[in-house]
Amino acid sequence: MLTIRFFSMIRESLDREEMTLDWDEGLVDINAVKQTLADTNGEHWREVLFQGNLLHALNQRVVRPEHSVADGDEIAFFPPMTGG
Amino acid sequence: MAVFVQREAFEVDQHYDFLVRENPGAAVVTFTGYVRDHCGAGEVSALELEHYPGMTESVLANIGQQAQARFDLLAWRIVHRYGVLEVTDPIVWTGVVADHRGAAFEACEFVMDILKTDAPFWKREHLQSGTKQWVQARSLDAARRERW
Repeated sequence: MLTIRFFSMIRESLDREEMTLDWDEGLVDINAVKQTLADTNGEHWREVLFQGNLLHALNQRVVRPEHSVADGDEIAFFPPMTGG
Repeated sequence: MAVFVQREAFEVDQHYDFLVRENPGAAVVTFTGYVRDHCGAGEVSALELEHYPGMTESVLANIGQQAQARFDLLAWRIVHRYGVLEVTDPIVWTGVVADHRGAAFEACEFVMDILKTDAPFWKREHLQSGTKQWVQARSLDAARRERW
């Protein structure tokens, strides 16, 4: 199972803070996870999850969407950071 | 060497005292960032900060450790708030101690430049008009990060 978390504008836009996704061998990378979420939840999710400036974290480290995933991972989606 | 991520307000003086007591050095540089009372869209009444618990602490610790190794720091401390902050509240405080001022100045800038783009915080301004708006990342911050 994967844990998926959403922050900031992405959380608001999808009206979802956290969810789980059953593990599947086809979830080879973060792009595949996004594709599955979009296929399941509709066009709005596709627009939000495939927007150009979206950042992806795997187990709390920012990675590229081509990064592989494994059962038990935590994935997060969020916009560019604005701390400080 | 310490990271504090907290909802509560903090006292800059207290952190400064701990920093210089921890490992006295010849050069101390600090930076304090405050909530400003205005933005491009009008007057600001409050600032809200969301963060990614767990990742925030590890990213900030990593930034501090990188600065320590790169600038030979004797001590460092990073404090960052989340939640709803009032205008003029300190948001972030960074303090570094080194043997020489050049390293201390550079290390403090390094910490803040990396923190701005890599630490998972997201600001939302509450305007006097009642509107709330997410702060957009600035290309200037990305450019400053690239310097390092």
